[in-house]
Amino acid sequence: MADREPRPGPGKHSDHEPTPPAPSTSRARVSRRAFLVGGAAAGAVAVAGAGGAWAGRATAPATGAASSGTVTPAALHGDLRVPFHGPRQAGVETPPQAYLTLVALNLAPGTDRDALVRLMRIWTDDVVRLTQGRPGLTDTEPELAEVPARLTVTVGYGPAVFTAAGLDDRRPDWLRPLPAFAVDRLEDRWNGGDLVLQVCADDEVTVSHAVRMLLREARDLASVRWLQKGFRRSVGSEPAGRTMRNLMGQIDGTRNVDLVTDAPLVWSDGTDGWLAGGTSMVVRRIRMELDTWDEVDRSTREAVMGRRLADGAPLTGAREHDEPDLEAVGPHGLTVIGPAAHVRRARTSDPAERFLRRAYSYDDAPDVATDPGALSSSGLVFVTFQADVDRQFVPVQRRLDEVDLLNEWTTPVGSAVFAVPPGCAEGEFLGQPLLG
Amino acid sequence: MSARTTTPTSRASVRPRRTALLGAAVTTLALLAVAGCSASADTSSGAATPSTASGSASEGTAADHLTATDPWIKAAESGMTAAFAVLHNDGDQDVTVVGATSDLSPVQIHEMATDDSGAMVMREKEGGLTIPAGGEHALEPGGDHLMLMELSSPVEPGAEYEVTLELSDGSTLVVTAPARTFAGAKEDYDEGHEGHDMSHDG
Repeated sequence: MADREPRPGPGKHSDHEPTPPAPSTSRARVSRRAFLVGGAAAGAVAVAGAGGAWAGRATAPATGAASSGTVTPAALHGDLRVPFHGPRQAGVETPPQAYLTLVALNLAPGTDRDALVRLMRIWTDDVVRLTQGRPGLTDTEPELAEVPARLTVTVGYGPAVFTAAGLDDRRPDWLRPLPAFAVDRLEDRWNGGDLVLQVCADDEVTVSHAVRMLLREARDLASVRWLQKGFRRSVGSEPAGRTMRNLMGQIDGTRNVDLVTDAPLVWSDGTDGWLAGGTSMVVRRIRMELDTWDEVDRSTREAVMGRRLADGAPLTGAREHDEPDLEAVGPHGLTVIGPAAHVRRARTSDPAERFLRRAYSYDDAPDVATDPGALSSSGLVFVTFQADVDRQFVPVQRRLDEVDLLNEWTTPVGSAVFAVPPGCAEGEFLGQPLLG
Repeated sequence: MSARTTTPTSRASVRPRRTALLGAAVTTLALLAVAGCSASADTSSGAATPSTASGSASEGTAADHLTATDPWIKAAESGMTAAFAVLHNDGDQDVTVVGATSDLSPVQIHEMATDDSGAMVMREKEGGLTIPAGGEHALEPGGDHLMLMELSSPVEPGAEYEVTLELSDGSTLVVTAPARTFAGAKEDYDEGHEGHDMSHDG
């Protein structure tokens, strides 16, 4: 929950802008189809705009004037699909979809490089099909695949992949557990993983089916280690492109890296060879102590963050994206943004100490068996992408670990680091530059 | 099948008998090219075009008109397994698959049918599979399928394997099928299952 948020360039979303479905070839439906495609195109523009809006630019909802001058209805957002093939995997720059399932897996005993290649071929084939609205090869519920809803699947590798493949010499230096932080209360059930699948879509049924398809075709090669689900606002419930609000009520993600000008902060430049076009994924499961947060009044909540709750503006500013003035002094001679406020502690003067945040909320059943009277088990599945974990993520986390008022109500309970291989072209499989 | 262009060009040796597979792929591409030409000629002329084939098909061999999409084979350590695909016939004559072969195992063409007691049973399909002119025929779990009767080596998930379809005019089509872990198609394995009337001579 560092005060770092994505700042993609204006509407620029490279390879992974969603596209409407291809027109039907059915002659009987040509005119209606054209109408629908027109609507879908409008929808695509709106969602692509959401990418730009992730950069802080709001866009109109998915209605627009057709060429005839009439207003078309919004296309089904379930029809939108994000291209899979490309130099980078989707699901990183992709404007966050409404739902996340993050699955870490353990490799089966005896897995070798050959088995990893086979697994990557299976998953690549599944992802190619499912993200484009087609059933998996062995899909026993093909109808569930018909709504891609901007489905993306992002594959990452834990350290064990390199060991299993006999490629430890190609493992990035930063691919290891994060250093221990004083605030951590890590539980092994949320830690680590040999592989990770980040599955996101704007429809939770779509996510569920994709996860099931990917796991069952891999069951001889890898098994589930942990699974975390997350959510954001549903599509259409508020204007696209708004910064998310976490379950503490805070606008969370106002300031983030610019996906165009800060691309080197997100994507590996190839110094690591096979990783060119890849990145790293840090997963922190951050529990929110909502039951004690309830005791905190609004002005104190704002002081903790250094931002106003209503609009996310810094306490020294007027609008969400205003730069906080860390030097501004109030009537009592104290800085307006306190010395331990989250906004202050998350900032550094080193421009390299930033990363792409792509967080989701979670809200699980309270564990009343061990904590009678608990109302909730909530928090953040805090997912970040950065070219170099040690250079970018760790220093910020150290600062927050030292001092951050927010630590009173947030507790990291899970932690994992993965290397995200680059994307692939048609006919290739994910991870081919490493494993092929 | 065949002409699945998604086959990665990996240097890792995950495909058994790589040389043979490459040969198969080339063959298949050639077959598809021929099929494409034939179809084009049919469409443009609307009349019979000179056939260079001496077989029973109107033009070329039956295999020239047959393609398979989404082939796959159920992963298995040993014993029996099954292979599936959708077969497409773009010719103007029916195509009949009369048999199949694989280095993995003896292969039979099977169907699911209702026996005298009303139970679903699997049995060898008499007369083979007929794919109607201009039509398609699905080989799928719970329906017609290719039965690999006794594996000589494991079928590993994610690896690719060849199955050769033998057609009634003597031509053949090589299908390259990736293996997948699959929980269904149980009927293929339960030799003691009631009504299971296959003979296991593999």
